[in-house]
Amino acid sequence: MLLYALRRLLLALPLLIGITFVSFLVIHLAPGDPVELQTGDPSIESSAQAQKMLRELYGLDQPLHTQYWNWLTRIARLDFGRSFAPDGRPVIQKISERLPVTLLLNVIELLIIIALAVPIGVLSATRQHSLFDKITTIFVFVGFATPDFWLALLLMMLFGVQLGWLPISGLRSLNWEYLSFWKQHVDFIAHLLLPVVVATFGGLAGLSRYMRQSMLEVVRQDYIQSARAKGLAEAVVIRKHALRNALLPIVTILALSLPGLIGGSVIVESIFAIPGMGQLMVQAVFARDYPVIMGNLVIVATLTLLANLVADLSYGLVDPRIRLAGRRSR
Amino acid sequence: MLALAGCAGEPDGPREAVAGTPARPAHGDVFVEPILGNISGLIPQLTTDIISSQVSSLIYNGLIGLDNHSQFVPELAESWDFGADCRSLTFRLRKNVRWHDGHPFTAADVLFTHAALVHPKTPTARRDDFVAVESIEAPDPHTVHVRYSKPYARALMSWGTAILPAHLLRPWVEQGKLRESPQNWTQPIGTGPYTFEAIKSGEKVALKANRDYFDGRPYLSRVVYRVIPSQATVFLELKARGLDSAGLIRGLTALQYTRQTEYPAFRKAYAKYRYPASQYTYLGLNLKDPRFADRRVRHAFAHAINKQELIDGVLLGLGREATGPYKPGSWVHSPNVATFPYDLAKARALLAEAGWKQKNEEGLLVKDGKPFTFELLTNQGNEERKKVAEILQASLRELGVGVEIRVLEWASFIKEYVKKRRFEALVLGWAIGEDPDQYAIWHSSKTGPDDLNHVSFQNPEADELLERGRMACRREDRVKYYHRLQEILAAEQAYVFLFFRDALPVVARRIHGVQIGPNGLTYDFPRWYVPRGEQRYTAD
Repeated sequence: MLLYALRRLLLALPLLIGITFVSFLVIHLAPGDPVELQTGDPSIESSAQAQKMLRELYGLDQPLHTQYWNWLTRIARLDFGRSFAPDGRPVIQKISERLPVTLLLNVIELLIIIALAVPIGVLSATRQHSLFDKITTIFVFVGFATPDFWLALLLMMLFGVQLGWLPISGLRSLNWEYLSFWKQHVDFIAHLLLPVVVATFGGLAGLSRYMRQSMLEVVRQDYIQSARAKGLAEAVVIRKHALRNALLPIVTILALSLPGLIGGSVIVESIFAIPGMGQLMVQAVFARDYPVIMGNLVIVATLTLLANLVADLSYGLVDPRIRLAGRRSR
Repeated sequence: MLALAGCAGEPDGPREAVAGTPARPAHGDVFVEPILGNISGLIPQLTTDIISSQVSSLIYNGLIGLDNHSQFVPELAESWDFGADCRSLTFRLRKNVRWHDGHPFTAADVLFTHAALVHPKTPTARRDDFVAVESIEAPDPHTVHVRYSKPYARALMSWGTAILPAHLLRPWVEQGKLRESPQNWTQPIGTGPYTFEAIKSGEKVALKANRDYFDGRPYLSRVVYRVIPSQATVFLELKARGLDSAGLIRGLTALQYTRQTEYPAFRKAYAKYRYPASQYTYLGLNLKDPRFADRRVRHAFAHAINKQELIDGVLLGLGREATGPYKPGSWVHSPNVATFPYDLAKARALLAEAGWKQKNEEGLLVKDGKPFTFELLTNQGNEERKKVAEILQASLRELGVGVEIRVLEWASFIKEYVKKRRFEALVLGWAIGEDPDQYAIWHSSKTGPDDLNHVSFQNPEADELLERGRMACRREDRVKYYHRLQEILAAEQAYVFLFFRDALPVVARRIHGVQIGPNGLTYDFPRWYVPRGEQRYTAD
C-alpha cells in the first residue's frame, strides 16, 4: 500500500508538468491576446506604444517555450506571478480573496446534498417503484433539468421582491459592519440561503441516483439474503450490512469531487453578485489573463491528482477485498 | 455611523425631483449604485473601461470639466486662455485646494501629471494628447503655460484628465511601477468631491464625501458602488428598492423603461430620465465592393430603410434618427444635411439607374446575370444589432436585394473580418467622444488594417475638412468645417446612418437636485441631496 502511494506520488509530478504544458499551449491558441483586449477596442483609439510596452511587461514578445519555461521555474518556487489585469496584483492574492466564499458555498452545498441524497437514495431503493420512489425521481430530475439562472431569478422575485423576506444579491448588507455579532451572522446566512438552495436543487439528482443504484445492486446480493435468513431485523440488514457496502462507490465519488470544490458556478455567482472563483476564472479567460488562468489550473490539477490518489487509497482502505487482493497468496 | 433609518416619506409619497422644490438641502444619506464588474484600477489614465472611469470620476478633478450641456467649466483651473494660434494654453489654477491627504495642490502636480503620462514606462492609452505638448512650465505655483508643437484642437479637452498627486507618485512613475502603487488599488488620493473609503474586490467600492472640497462639501455623505454583473439582478434589486439607480450611465433597457416600470409603486419610488446617448448604430457597406461604390445603390438602400420603424421596433421608440456621426442636439450637429426618407419607389428607381432592373424567379434583382445578394455581418452578444440586421434584411428583400445575416464572436469578428476588410456589409456602432474630431474614422489615410476607416471611405474634401477641424481650437471656427463634413457624409452616405439610442437612467425620488441635460445628469452629482426627513441610510 505504502509503495503504491509513493509510486503514484512520484508519477504525479511529470503528469502535472504535462498537464500545465498542454493547457498553456491551448490557452495561447485562442485568438486575441490580453494586450489587444486592454487597449485594442476599435471604438477607442489606442496608442501602439502602450501596447508594445505592455507586451514587454508581460513577456508576451518572447517565444512560447521561453514563456512557458519562465512560468514553470517561477511556479516551482511557488511564485504564481502577477495578473495581467490593469491592477497587476499577485495571482495568489486574487485567488485567495475569492476562494473562501466559493469553498464555503460548495462545502455547504456538498454537505446538504449528502445529507439529503443518501437517505433519498436508500429509501428509493428499498421502496423501489413505490409512490415515494416515483415522486422523488421526478423531483430530482426536475431539479437537474431546471436552469440555474431561471430558478434563481424566480426565487429572487418571490422572496426578494414580492415577499421581501430575503436579500436579493451580494454577501452582506450595506450596514453589515455596524450590526451586532449575532445579526451579522444572521445577515450572512440570509444572503447565502438562496444561492445554496439553487445550487443544491440542481445537484441532488446526481448523488441520489448513484446512491439508489448502488443500493439496489447491493440489496440483490446473496449476503443480504443470508443476513435476512439469519433472522436479522430489516432495519439492521439495511443499515449495517447493505448501506455500508452501498456507500463504497459514493466515497469514491465524493473524493473525486473534492477538486470541484474550488470551482464556482459562474452563472449562480453572476446572478447573485457573489465574488467567487467562477467569476474570477471566466473573467480571466475573456481577458486572456494567462497568469490567473494558469495559477488556477495548477491548483485544480494538483488537487485532482491528489484527490484521485486519495480516492484510490480510501477505496482500498474501506473495502478489504481490494486491499487483500493485492497481496500475494500464501 | 451608518444605520438604516425608517422609510420616511412613504405614505405620502416622496416629492417630485424638480428644481426649486421646497425641501431643504441636507447632508447625509448614501447613494447606492450598481456597477457591472470589478474596476480595473483607480488611476483613470491606466484603465480603458467605463466602470473604472465612472468610479474615479468622483475622486479626481481635471483642470476643466464638461457639464451636462457639454460646456467647458472650470474645475482645478479657475480660468484659461487658449491663444488664437491654437498652440498656447494658459491655465490659472485655484488657490487653497488640497489633496485628500491635506497636501496643497499646486502647478507642480499639473506638470507631474503631464510627465507621468508621457513617461515611456507608463502603460497608458491616453499618451497621444500629452505627447503633442511641446513644452509645459509653471512660472508660479498657480499658473501653467502649455505650448503645443502644432495647433491642437483637443488641447483644452485633454486637460479634463485626472490630475495626479506629484508628492505621492513621483518615485512610482520613475520606476515604471505606477500600476502597482497604492494609488491604483488601495489608497487613491485626489482632489475630487469624494474620498476613497474602501474596496472589496468583486463586492463593492465605497466613497466618502470630501468635507474640504473646494466647491463645497457634497450633500450625499457616501457613495457605494455594488458589483452586480447581471442586468436582470440589477432590475430586481431596483424593484426591491435595494439600489438608488440602475446605473447612471447605462440605465434601463428600452423594454424595462417602457413596459416593466410603469406600475405605481415604481413610479413613486423612482424618477425616470431620458437623454440621447453618445452612441449610434450604422449599416456599413464596403466601398471597395463595386456594387456599393456606386452612390446610387447606397442612396437606394437609405431610402429603402424605414428608420423610424427601426427605432420603434428595436428601441421601442427611445432613440433618434441619425443623419450623420454627430448627436442631434450637440453643438457640432448640423440639421441641414441630405436626408433619405422612406421611399421604396425612389429606391427602386435609383437601383434601376444603377443597372439593377431585371428580377429573377426568386424576385431578386439581377445585373450581368448575377443576383444582388450580400452577407451582412454583426457581432454576437448584442440583441439590438441582431434585430437591426433582421429588419434590414426584410426591408431590402422588399427591394429585391437578398441579405444573409452572419453573427460572429466579437474578437474574431474584429480580427478576421473587420480589420482584414473581408466583409460586404456590417451592422456596427460607434461610441463617440466629446471632441468632434473623427479623423481616425473618415480620413483616407486611415484605411490600413489597424485603422478605423473600415469601409474605406475616400473623399479629398472630407480629408481637408478633417485636417482643418483638428487644427482649429475655437468652436465657432470648427463648427463650419464639421457642418460641411456632415453634408458630405450624408450626401455620400459613407455609412447608412441609422439611429442614436437614448440613455435611460433612473434615480430614486428621494434624491433632489437632479438636473438632466443633453449630455446626461452626472455632472451635478455633488449637489444632489436628500432632505432630512427622507433620508434612508443616515450617515454623518
